[in-house]
Amino acid sequence: MRFLTDRKRAEGMGAGGAGSQHHWKMLVSSILMVVMVPLFIIVMGSAIGRDHADVLAYFSRPVPALVAGLGLIVGIRHLMMEANEAVEDYVGGVKRKLTIVAVTAFCYSLMAAGLLALLKLAV
Amino acid sequence: MVQLTLPKNSKVKVGKTWPKPTGANNIRKFQIYRWNPDDGENPRVDTYFIDLDKCGPMILDALIKIKNEIDPTLTFRRSCREGICGSCAMNIDGINTLACIYGMDEVQTDVVKIYPLPHMPVVKDLIPDLTHFYAQHASIMPWLETKTNRPAKEWKQSIEDRKKLDGLYECVMCASCSTSCPSYWWNGDKYLGPAALLHAYRWIIDSRDEATGERLDNLEDPFKLYRCHTIMNCAKTCPKGLNPAKAIAEIKKLQLSRAV
Repeated sequence: MRFLTDRKRAEGMGAGGAGSQHHWKMLVSSILMVVMVPLFIIVMGSAIGRDHADVLAYFSRPVPALVAGLGLIVGIRHLMMEANEAVEDYVGGVKRKLTIVAVTAFCYSLMAAGLLALLKLAV
Repeated sequence: MVQLTLPKNSKVKVGKTWPKPTGANNIRKFQIYRWNPDDGENPRVDTYFIDLDKCGPMILDALIKIKNEIDPTLTFRRSCREGICGSCAMNIDGINTLACIYGMDEVQTDVVKIYPLPHMPVVKDLIPDLTHFYAQHASIMPWLETKTNRPAKEWKQSIEDRKKLDGLYECVMCASCSTSCPSYWWNGDKYLGPAALLHAYRWIIDSRDEATGERLDNLEDPFKLYRCHTIMNCAKTCPKGLNPAKAIAEIKKLQLSRAV
């Protein structure tokens, strides 16, 4: 039990001084996704059904490799920011901070694994 | 934080069914949430029957009839009876609205189900505790802040600038929007909610106000403002037909125009 006034409870510790930058990054990321997702699907779709040597040759070309790489980076970064936003919505206290760390670590690992796989195809 | 189940002492039980009015042909069934903090019991839903031929057309008319003629212990707020005071906001047929301007014919189902505004502490029956909601409203400084010396007669405003306040000043602070917002349910301790943010925008764009920067600074927060995910429940439910989501989007645009 804490004897706080209603106003004190509502004000809390005041504004955190952040939020707009994250909002802007999400807007930019969303616009990039509009471009990158169709390109990524086209590039990956074109590789389906080819034999191993063809796929290696396909991803050794700069355009498919760059589109696939950028798609991975932009997509997973967007996923990470959205997932962390959802965590902030639904999880509280220390669990919130730990979950954000876990989600961030998972997303960067996913991105690294994807880029490594792409590198192995392309080089 | 999200809550997926009700605490044990909040689980709603079946309550008393009151007798039907005798000799009535046009009867409507009402199921109303009841909770009395003094009896230590769980909430319950009582069933009432109203003779529509002897009742006004609005939900509030039925509630007043129940209180006057059937069960005087039924507790709810009401005052103006014309959608101006915002007192009688409650959840009717799954929609947060004002009982005084919501017609019984608007309820789609045979049974009229009435609950208090969702996800708020209940004082008694249909009365939610709006203390925090009002404190949040106070925190956005809902008054004119000026630094210039007070003019001899009045703070002048052009017709065009005054028009910018339309769709904002009409809010009666009934809390229907905020209590329909999932973000406010989960993070209402920090997130200001649609009503307070609509009022914040009303003062930010007031041409006479000189604290625009401070007001935007106070909202520069991941929770106070940016918990709004444009779900739009607020605009859908507002009994006055306002659009708090648009006001929030306008605040975000102003924040971005400062930051980027």
